[in-house]
Amino acid sequence: MRALLARDLMLAIRAGGGFGLGLAFFLIVTVLVPFGVGPQTDLLSRIAPGILWIGALLACLLSLDRILALDWEDGSLDLLATAPLPMEGIVSVKALAHWITTGLPLVLAAPVLGVLLSLPLPAYQWVVISLAVGTPALSVIGTFGAALTVGIKRGGLLMSLLVLPLYVPTLIFGAEVARRGAEGLTVQAPLLLLAGISFGVIALLPFASAAVLRINLR
Amino acid sequence: MMPDLGKYAFAVLSSYGVTIILLSVIVVISFWRARKVRAALDEIENRRGN
Amino acid sequence: MSLWEYANPVKFIRTTDKVLPWVWALTGICLVTGLVWGFFFTPDDFRQGSTVKIIYIHVPSALMAINAWLMMLVASLIWIVRRHHVSALAARAAAPVGAVMTMIALATGAFWGQPMWGTWWAWDPRLTSFLILFLFYLGYMALWEAIENDDTAADLTSILCLVGSVFAVLSRYAVNFWNQGLHQGATLSLDKEENISDVFWFPLLVCIAGFVLLFIALVFLRTQTEIRARRTRALLAREGQA
Repeated sequence: MRALLARDLMLAIRAGGGFGLGLAFFLIVTVLVPFGVGPQTDLLSRIAPGILWIGALLACLLSLDRILALDWEDGSLDLLATAPLPMEGIVSVKALAHWITTGLPLVLAAPVLGVLLSLPLPAYQWVVISLAVGTPALSVIGTFGAALTVGIKRGGLLMSLLVLPLYVPTLIFGAEVARRGAEGLTVQAPLLLLAGISFGVIALLPFASAAVLRINLR
Repeated sequence: MMPDLGKYAFAVLSSYGVTIILLSVIVVISFWRARKVRAALDEIENRRGN
Repeated sequence: MSLWEYANPVKFIRTTDKVLPWVWALTGICLVTGLVWGFFFTPDDFRQGSTVKIIYIHVPSALMAINAWLMMLVASLIWIVRRHHVSALAARAAAPVGAVMTMIALATGAFWGQPMWGTWWAWDPRLTSFLILFLFYLGYMALWEAIENDDTAADLTSILCLVGSVFAVLSRYAVNFWNQGLHQGATLSLDKEENISDVFWFPLLVCIAGFVLLFIALVFLRTQTEIRARRTRALLAREGQA
């Protein structure tokens, strides 16, 4: 299990796409928003938490097809399936690797990009906390979507269509934590709900992902 | 015969209109596809029967 | 004689062929009666004016939008547990009908909201959850279309339906939490006091019956089509091999 994680991480680093692309995309989205809505500082600082969340979500989404597609194409997924590791373990490790290469950098980059959007000062910690709590859910849900569409050629667009509605609850609670934090309100309720979604998803969804992957490998 | 819909005529009429159009579309598509598929299957089964 | 006999495709087609004309006839009677009754022979509401007439399509279509998903959920479960092909195909057949019902509910809601709330669209919990439901329908149908192998497609979509149902419910609560609504509460509560008055209630019931029957008729017809399409593909594949 640890070997698989190490292998996935190595591949992500060597191939260069893992850390870099997601972050670059996050940066681009954040830079584009002021061009779209105008440079007024007060407007930007009001919508900054939401933009950071949406940017992180899209960056996550774009890197999803890397989770399984490459292993599917070169056949290493078939090898993994015959390994003694249960399929649930494989998808969990894949999701974890995706989170380490995509989710974690996004969490760390968010405060830097917050400066660009003149994020209000009290919001920094809450944006980071909410992303740290929420991005694991994004990775796990995304792994489910990637497992669903892994057998389909050019399934990227379809996967977005399937995954984005599943992201709705996470996005709502995550952005709500960040927004309330920015306005100095209490964040306990949405933060707990967000954590609840993350833990629930991490505990249950790998079973669905594994079932789906088994069907696809049949 | 037409009831007096007052100032909301547009809302009411367009609601009914949209509904009737959408329902007709799904019904017509369903029937059209049913007929097409049935014809295709009949053709193959006849061919195999011979 | 058990219900599972209808899981045999031939038996299903034979039975539904017998039943379908009656269902269509009843659908026509209910829909025409209900809508004509509602449109021509009901009084205006004292507050909402004639817009109250929209209720005869808005409420039934919204009900069916949710019920169609529930029916797909049950059919998916039956497919996963008992592996009856008719069940999987029925779920596939129901999805576009459900999507159309969702569209009707959203569209009539917009037409109703415009004069009543002064806006076509508001990010109200109910409206938003219906929009999300619509996205789920789209994803479900797209996944069916994208996969070539019939059994794989049935398996994957049924799991998507299960997971999607959980997330649809989650979204419902999330959205409730996120914004307070303009939309009124449930129209059809069991509490008689809160209900709408009988003048509106009876034509509404007839309309709901009409929409339910229409859904059943369409699902029967479309399931037959899916069964035949699948058999066609199987025969063609066999010819290709020979």
